[in-house]
Amino acid sequence: MIEEVVSIDLPVHERLVVRKNRLQPQKLTGREKRISIVTGTHGDELDGQYVCYEIIRRLKANPEKLKGIVDIYPDVNPLGLDTGSRGIPMFDLDMNRVFPGDNNGAMAEYVAAGIVEDIIGSDMCLDIHSSNIFVKEVPQVRLNDDNAEKLLPYAKMLNADFVWIYSSITVLDATLAYSLNNMSVPTLVVEMGVGHRIDNTYCRQLITGIFNMLINMGIWADEPINVKQPIISTEGEVSIINAAQTGVFVSAVNSMGTIGIGTHIGDIIEPIEGRILQRIESPTDGIIFTLRENPVVYKGALIARVYGGRKSGQV
Amino acid sequence: MRKEVLYQLKGLYREDFIIEGYRFGGEENSACIVGALRGNEMQQLYICSQLIKVLKDLEAHGAITHGNGILVVPSANSYSMNVGKRFWALDNIDINRTFPGDVNGDTTKQIAAQLFDKVKGYNYGIQFASFYMQGDFIPHVRMMETGYQSASLANLFGLPYVVIRKPKPMDTVTLNYNWQMNGTNAFSIYTSSTDLVDDASARQAVSSVLRFLTRMGILKYNNHSGYIASVINEYDLLPVKSYDAGFYRRLKNPGDPVFHGDLIAEVIDPYEGMVKSQIFSQTDGIVFFAHTAPMVMGNEVVYKIIRRMHE
Ligand SMILES: [Zn+2]
Repeated sequence: MIEEVVSIDLPVHERLVVRKNRLQPQKLTGREKRISIVTGTHGDELDGQYVCYEIIRRLKANPEKLKGIVDIYPDVNPLGLDTGSRGIPMFDLDMNRVFPGDNNGAMAEYVAAGIVEDIIGSDMCLDIHSSNIFVKEVPQVRLNDDNAEKLLPYAKMLNADFVWIYSSITVLDATLAYSLNNMSVPTLVVEMGVGHRIDNTYCRQLITGIFNMLINMGIWADEPINVKQPIISTEGEVSIINAAQTGVFVSAVNSMGTIGIGTHIGDIIEPIEGRILQRIESPTDGIIFTLRENPVVYKGALIARVYGGRKSGQV
Repeated sequence: MRKEVLYQLKGLYREDFIIEGYRFGGEENSACIVGALRGNEMQQLYICSQLIKVLKDLEAHGAITHGNGILVVPSANSYSMNVGKRFWALDNIDINRTFPGDVNGDTTKQIAAQLFDKVKGYNYGIQFASFYMQGDFIPHVRMMETGYQSASLANLFGLPYVVIRKPKPMDTVTLNYNWQMNGTNAFSIYTSSTDLVDDASARQAVSSVLRFLTRMGILKYNNHSGYIASVINEYDLLPVKSYDAGFYRRLKNPGDPVFHGDLIAEVIDPYEGMVKSQIFSQTDGIVFFAHTAPMVMGNEVVYKIIRRMHE
């Protein structure tokens, strides 16, 4: 059933409405597990739309298999999604920087508070993101090392290529995931693809993982699924490559995945001078799991992340 | 006065991005003043320009006391100002949500880290700030309640109010918060304007900074004494919300007294022109914050009122 989670009257005869679709068994026992699947916090991230569609379609196709409650929130930032803007259009405000929200705060904080209130009580929450318009990510689960012990078994269920355990210092307190974990709702962040696009292959990979999780949680009655064993990485095992120069990045790799030390990742060029400013090579043997998509880079811009052991310059 | 390049970033299709600093007086790191971090903070930039003008003059007349040094950074975001954007134009990131930054991080994190490196270590840090909610304030000094804040120092600006804000998660990445965590006494000064220049409130901001610097022994200057500030806790301010959405008719301004039952705003239907709802004050007090925009959403905070305490 589609329900309104929170709404706000906009100035000229329109409402902003955050919705969810609740799918649950015909007869409730009161002991059902509940999962919340959230996406669309960033209006430029669209993979979650396909994921929501496909999960709902499959749940509806076999309602007898549903043994728990599945709450799907496809459009946490409806105006951002509708206008293709990452933040909330009127305020330029990143919705994932206002949690846990505030009923007496600005509009975004009010909406955030309503969403958090609605999710509380879930046994699990998945927050699905698609990177941004600048870099592409392989399907990965991200979690904060404070909660790693509790969350890692769930992260492994999701059929991701990669699980990245952040140090808690780099975690932003004002995100939905941080707030919910803080309020005892185990929450995993999924990142995949790139902004303004849908990558069906990645989406299907995650959907398989989500069904695996539903089965493991007793929410979906079905045969067990074999999922990928993700690479599990902590922050120290990831090489982050930033642009050392301002210029235009031209990629030399066609796809992400396994990469050897010294492999040419791409160049930062200076168009008007016709020269290469920086040649970028993989610093390690490993897996390239983040890659620049948007070519215009200022010094510092993220070009790639490579997971791996051996680093160049190390013996 | 010495002009310094605090940070320089090579431009691609533009001239280089440069953060300029203006250094006055001696070698000690006594006070650092930061203006615009966002591209729309025109008033904040204007205040700094006026302050630099006065400090130049005071320095020439030997009014900066021995050894004390003052750094003024008028804008850390000229790139956004020049293209009419509020945040870093390429990726729309708010530099004032990026502190303390990271020298190996993304562009805006590098900018924040390099800037923070240049503005940290001062005894006093003063930022002309803008609020994330759209509206006008009574001029005030704002401090975060970090455990290191000192309301009695904030009082020395002589502005009518000192507001203490308990930091929300989103505040921990601001300049003010990181200054305080790093041992600088940090103050944010809010005047009654951001996108437009308001000369009177800019003059008030400049005098408040000069007054503070004089009282801290950094300047020798004749100030009039200013206000004795009331210290208020942000969460004690009474929020008044709209009920309906539409055109917004504001009937009170920051600083106005209000009484319980006063009509303080009206919301008008955007198509039919009739008053949809009236907003009344639920308390006796003084308007501290007032929404400024032709329109309002439903359930939006339109006023914050300082409640008058009855003995
Ligand atoms: Zn996102």
